[in-house]
Amino acid sequence: MIFKKYGTQLLLLAALIVSLVVSLFTDQIDDYYMDIALNAGINIILAVSLNLVNGHTGQFSLGHAAFMAVGAYGSAVLTLQAGAPMAAAFGGGVFGHGLVFVIALLVGGIFAALLGWMVGVPSLRLRGDYLAIVTLGFNEIIRVVFTNTNADGPFGGALGLKGIEPYTNFFWVFAIAAVSVYVVGSMVNSTYGRGFLVVRDDEVAGESMGINTVRYKVTAFVIGAFFAGLAGGLYAHLRTTISAEGFGFLKSVDVVVMVILGGMGSTLGVVIAAVVLTVLNEYLRDFEQYRMIVFSLILIIMMIVRPQGLLPNVVLQRKKKTT
Amino acid sequence: MEQFIQQLLNGLFLGAIYALIALGYTMVYGVLRFINFAHGDVFMLGAFAGYYLHKALMPMMSALPAPVSAVVILLLSMLICGVLGIVIELLAYRPLRSRPRLNVLITAIGVSLFLEYTAQYIFGATQRPFPELIPKKTVEGLGGLYVSNTQVIVLVATLLLLLALRFIVMKTKMGLAMRALSLNPTAATLMGVNNSVVISFTFGLGSALAGAGGIFYASLYPSIEPFMGILPGLKAFVAAVLGGIGNIPGAALGGMIIGITETLVAGYSQDIGIPSGYKDGVAFVILILILLFKPSGLLGKVEREKV
Repeated sequence: MIFKKYGTQLLLLAALIVSLVVSLFTDQIDDYYMDIALNAGINIILAVSLNLVNGHTGQFSLGHAAFMAVGAYGSAVLTLQAGAPMAAAFGGGVFGHGLVFVIALLVGGIFAALLGWMVGVPSLRLRGDYLAIVTLGFNEIIRVVFTNTNADGPFGGALGLKGIEPYTNFFWVFAIAAVSVYVVGSMVNSTYGRGFLVVRDDEVAGESMGINTVRYKVTAFVIGAFFAGLAGGLYAHLRTTISAEGFGFLKSVDVVVMVILGGMGSTLGVVIAAVVLTVLNEYLRDFEQYRMIVFSLILIIMMIVRPQGLLPNVVLQRKKKTT
Repeated sequence: MEQFIQQLLNGLFLGAIYALIALGYTMVYGVLRFINFAHGDVFMLGAFAGYYLHKALMPMMSALPAPVSAVVILLLSMLICGVLGIVIELLAYRPLRSRPRLNVLITAIGVSLFLEYTAQYIFGATQRPFPELIPKKTVEGLGGLYVSNTQVIVLVATLLLLLALRFIVMKTKMGLAMRALSLNPTAATLMGVNNSVVISFTFGLGSALAGAGGIFYASLYPSIEPFMGILPGLKAFVAAVLGGIGNIPGAALGGMIIGITETLVAGYSQDIGIPSGYKDGVAFVILILILLFKPSGLLGKVEREKV
């Protein structure tokens, strides 16, 4: 009974507890596997948040790396410029630094969300491939702007930032991943969230039923961007060095491949695809030259043979059978 | 003032190449209503085809005058790219013809990545110098302006190709079929137009032009690498949208505007305190502005969407 009513909340709680417990034993996990796990977690956040825009709302965004970049730069600049005095003001220690990290992540996420709003509002007039190109254009603009900042300035120009505190750990990555899965999942499954699906399935019909499709599109963009910003912050504090070149078109494509492989609109599928592709990436590292050739072929073959993804949305399939 | 005119001239030469690539986008969009993302990579392959053809054929053609051998290399590269375009359409796009446009776009991105990374695997990632097909000479023209013979040849050759394209589209039967298909595919089919043949032809023609663009670009900026097609490709796409996508004179105009704006920004932005590296962002700012204020482009027709 309790599980029926609060099932998803209980799952979230369980995920948070598991990530906390596991993080207490991270010393015993090999660094190499730990790194893969953290990358997989960050990719889950990116893929799930992009899935809200591309999968559930049906707006094809090709600029997810731009939001990640803003989140990464936002949080990294904050901890680099003001991290130490802030941590001291909060009483130092694990708690002080943890608090600084949370604030930095949130600042990065909020900046990314603001950018998401800025991209979302003007792009609303566009559909399909035009939107894809404009988001790609935004991605390039962000990259060019960060690359061309003053080398001595806070953003470090083309060389980027280094010496970022390695705050990211197992708990933060998987707690935020769990929250992003929960937020996106429960948003889409709520009464409110049906609007996202309306935008995807038939925008014109939705509008004629009095649904404010514009608001749904912006909401999807802003929330997707916010979580991408958090992922960017986690990434920056995991890698400890970032540069604008790492947040280009190819990074966006990486995330898009995860969403497509998992199945647009299928949260579980996308999570699995994010993990599988991260692990695959590691194993293909010895075959670096073939890696992207394989990925691009996956993309083409998927589109021709199975455009709905490996694990398509179950609800969608059922609907198809009845009609 | 002299410097300004010099910048305008340089912009004109760059813009001509953008126009040439933009034509490929516009033609494919006009006929199939989708953005061929891989077009920029066909451009890259055109440059590489020129590089290898030069290497392979030069011993045989050393007796011929430079312009003749250059034309041979250019035509062969165009042929290679044209065939490549037809093959890409056949293998990747044709199976998707009745699917949603988004699926085709994603496939096109896949094809683009595939071409880039396969090229990187085969040719290596290092930049290499593009040979001078015609020995370069820079002349000081009127009023202290510098123009190289390469630039003039590229501009003239581009104009000739544009005229040839105009002839094909306006005066031949195939061109008539292309125009019919872009107006109304169903009606065109009913009137006996073979869609598949026309689409193949369009891809071949557009890809051949991209191949020529690749050689011209590499002649002006003589350094080639597998990823050189991405930015010019995207900028040319912006040019096509700026001129009104699907509109052939519009693509030429858009290419010129993008080329000139970019050169001016690179030349003058430092005077107002903006790094010249921002020139790569200019095209995208233009794209966003044009889509916001005049989504049909400068010369495009407004299309009503039917429900």
